[in-house]
Amino acid sequence: MEWISAIVQGILLGGLYALFAAGLSLIFGVMRLVNIAHGDLIIFAAYMALSTTMLLGVHPFVAVLIVVPLMAGLGYLLQRGLLNHTLGSDILPPLLVTFGLSVIIQNALLEVFTADPRKLNGGPIETASIDLVGVGIGWLPLLTFAIAVGIIAGLQYIFYRTELGRSFRAVSDNQDIAQLMGLNKAHIFGLAMAMALAVVAVAGILLGMRTSFDPAIGGGRLIFGFEAVIIGGLGNIWGTLAGGVILGVAQTIGAKFDPGYQILSGHIAFLLVLAVRPNGLFPRVEH
Amino acid sequence: MSDPILDLQNLNAYYGDFQALYGVDLTLQPNEVVAVIGANGAGKSTLMKSITGMISNDPGAVRFHGDSIGALRADQIAAKGIALVPEGRQLFPSLSVEENLLIGGKVGRSGAWNLSKVYDLFPVLRERRSQSSTSLSGGQQQMVAIGRALMANPELILFDEISLGLAPVVIKQIYSALPDIVGEGMSALIVEQDISKALSVSSRVFCMMEGRIALESKTSEVTHDQITAAYFGVEA
Repeated sequence: MEWISAIVQGILLGGLYALFAAGLSLIFGVMRLVNIAHGDLIIFAAYMALSTTMLLGVHPFVAVLIVVPLMAGLGYLLQRGLLNHTLGSDILPPLLVTFGLSVIIQNALLEVFTADPRKLNGGPIETASIDLVGVGIGWLPLLTFAIAVGIIAGLQYIFYRTELGRSFRAVSDNQDIAQLMGLNKAHIFGLAMAMALAVVAVAGILLGMRTSFDPAIGGGRLIFGFEAVIIGGLGNIWGTLAGGVILGVAQTIGAKFDPGYQILSGHIAFLLVLAVRPNGLFPRVEH
Repeated sequence: MSDPILDLQNLNAYYGDFQALYGVDLTLQPNEVVAVIGANGAGKSTLMKSITGMISNDPGAVRFHGDSIGALRADQIAAKGIALVPEGRQLFPSLSVEENLLIGGKVGRSGAWNLSKVYDLFPVLRERRSQSSTSLSGGQQQMVAIGRALMANPELILFDEISLGLAPVVIKQIYSALPDIVGEGMSALIVEQDISKALSVSSRVFCMMEGRIALESKTSEVTHDQITAAYFGVEA
């Protein structure tokens, strides 16, 4: 029963990793931008939520209403003011600039919030659980997973069923021709980044309620997000959920053998998938 | 003559340090169909890119209804009413046929053209509306590319090498649809390698050579020798 419990916990943890990955996947899918600062933006959102809960005395779930729009707005400005200027035929400038951004965010957080671990106080939901035939399931991980599924379904819907999604795909296919069709790619990219950072905001808040965080842990979240994207298959939004779940399960099973193996076993699972399926399990499906 | 819809004056276009167009002058009247011919590398595609804003130029070098549009972005020019059927069709592979057409309508100009009218013009596209655009034959893809441009309800439509890579029977089919298209009060600029096709639908012809206009003539008055001279740069 302990093993089943570990697997269930891993699946639910995978929901959080899928949220890390969904934003990355969206950014890469629309503008071929690898965002090295993604993990730090997640932590930045967690701190933004921390400040909101402290200033206004509200629950982190209420802070969502403030942090999500703020992060989305920040994403739009970041894209149009900075990242759009790095995009071109050379893939190096966006990597370097987002890497620099990552350093800046970490150090700014360090200056303002110090290196002390912090946590969002979610109240009773953090420890509440239900018992399902002998397996204890925490409400917070369950809710996290449900939110991840909901967000990914929403992204999938937007991408393939709406006018905005059509514009995303058109720009992703051929930027120059999309511009000829009246789509201003600078604006479309801004919208894509806004949407990605809205997802990042949710991920940051859920992360902050689940574990403590400090300014230095962004890089690790970036790796988990990357691994989930690659396992799932580039360009497949549902794939990020599968990737997150595989990564989560590998980690909790590894931790079952020895807590020190948690991170390592996730990386090993990632390498195994990469060795067998270099394009990931579910590479991009044509629609 | 009324005021020209498109007026190019002393247009010089560059790719970095490389100059591709030298002082091109060209005007287009409302409802007129003009052909631009020339050998590979003569500057035809650069001309198209300059008009549609894919290359930024001196603002006054390109005027549309008298407005200087030479330095505008492609999306801004599209909104003013210029649409391009690009060389090689360049459909969006991850979009279905219908989605490709709908993207063309994103410009947001109102007018005679809409989905059902495009489907009336090319009935085969209606049957294949939900297929991936890459699953179509070359000719059908060209129909999507033309339909996509029409969806923008342009006043001026540019055709860049629409017969390239297509079977003669398909080319014939596409060209037979042209009168229906330009009959809607649209002006058209046709760039073609297939000279006889280009001349058969146009009233005036420009021949380009090495980035310059080598010949401008009424189609009805141009001679074979004149074209040969302007095309190859040798006196016949």
